[in-house]
Amino acid sequence: MANPANLIPVNIITGFLGSGKTTLLQALLGSPAFADTAVLINEFGEVGLDHHLLEEIDKETVLLQSGCICCTIRGDLKDAIRDLYSKREQGKIPAFRRLVVETTGLADPAPILSTITSESVIRHHFRLGNVIATVDAVNGILHMDRQPESLKQAAIADRIVLTKTDIATPEQSAAVTKRIKQLNPTAAIIEAAHGAAEPSLLLAHDVHDEKHKVEEINRWLQVASEDHHRAHDHEHAHGAQNVNPHDERIQAHALTFDQPMDWTAFGIWLTMLLQSRGEDVLRVKGILNVVDVDTPVIIHGVQHIVHPPSHLKRWPDDDCRSRVVFIVRDIEKSEIERSLVAFNLLSALV
Amino acid sequence: MCSLCGLLGEDHWTDMTAHADAFGGKPSRTRRHERLYRVSLINKILDFYSLRLDDWQGQSFVLSSGTGNTEIVDNLMAVWPAAELMIGRKLDPMDSNLLARLDARSTQH
Repeated sequence: MANPANLIPVNIITGFLGSGKTTLLQALLGSPAFADTAVLINEFGEVGLDHHLLEEIDKETVLLQSGCICCTIRGDLKDAIRDLYSKREQGKIPAFRRLVVETTGLADPAPILSTITSESVIRHHFRLGNVIATVDAVNGILHMDRQPESLKQAAIADRIVLTKTDIATPEQSAAVTKRIKQLNPTAAIIEAAHGAAEPSLLLAHDVHDEKHKVEEINRWLQVASEDHHRAHDHEHAHGAQNVNPHDERIQAHALTFDQPMDWTAFGIWLTMLLQSRGEDVLRVKGILNVVDVDTPVIIHGVQHIVHPPSHLKRWPDDDCRSRVVFIVRDIEKSEIERSLVAFNLLSALV
Repeated sequence: MCSLCGLLGEDHWTDMTAHADAFGGKPSRTRRHERLYRVSLINKILDFYSLRLDDWQGQSFVLSSGTGNTEIVDNLMAVWPAAELMIGRKLDPMDSNLLARLDARSTQH
């Protein structure tokens, strides 16, 4: 498998209809730091880039003033990415170092992620970067309540950009933020009134970025710590195990395992879980204390897709236990815990 | 990922295990040992469904049922859909009956 550092990162920008994907994309394309980015959109008209066009390479591809390449997706995403890479290799377009794919508002991002990580040619040249979801501060709760696509987009995102905060009331913004944190506590939430957001935080800072890997892991572990304290308080108050304040179908569970993890048993367990309940396992993020390995191993997955695991050079804090956050639909924390603990003991049966 | 993790030339994430400096595995555990260890663990699960897995020339796996059905699968992820087809239902790792069986066997050991 190719070293992720040598692969071209692909960011997905998703979000419900009218939630501000286009505005965000325009702002990102204007950033000099990301001038060597290629963008795949559904049609030029959506983005309103016409006044930025510098050169039309062909009917589907233009070179923007910023240096970015912008292409429309004609038909299949797989063909669009392959074609883009082919043009890059032939020198027909500049050698872009990042690809951004904007989904339609009604898209389930999971198949797009799967194309990038599983397609036989694409996966050897590209890797998945941060998934960015835009959520409208005014209508976000309505969208999440009524549109399952909107809920899923936010649940699997690594970054959530809260848009239209300039026209939302503070109460609306606070309510959406609270809802997002319940749904996906591992995602960074960034407010962006007019698409103005720190491009590096959105696009580049991920678990494959050596400079920001630990920062990203710490964000996940913070959730585990907060969940532990909430669970502790909740148990004292009610004697119950469920730490989620609302009876939502999608829940985030943070689990800590005292016993080191048998990597082989973990692989058996997670692949079996993803086969049987993959549609309900929206995210898995965490670090594992693996048997016979001194340094922590990062595990990171979206539905059926599991990123190649990677190492951290050292533990990010004094706690050397395995800590994993699961964002799941209709699966209880106790079910995951009991199952994984049992599988981790498989080696004792051999 | 360290450069050693990809040395097997395999793509599935669960395959990144065999090197001592990679994930798990004692220094003495070779790729062959790792595959056999994996097969032995997975059979503890498949036994509950009256299925069995064997390594096939270090490249693939052969899944067999008690009724004589066999299928060659490439990697761990492919074991489960093949097993589902053989038994006609999903294999759920959170199945309380499966977990009770594992618990009982752990106690026996």
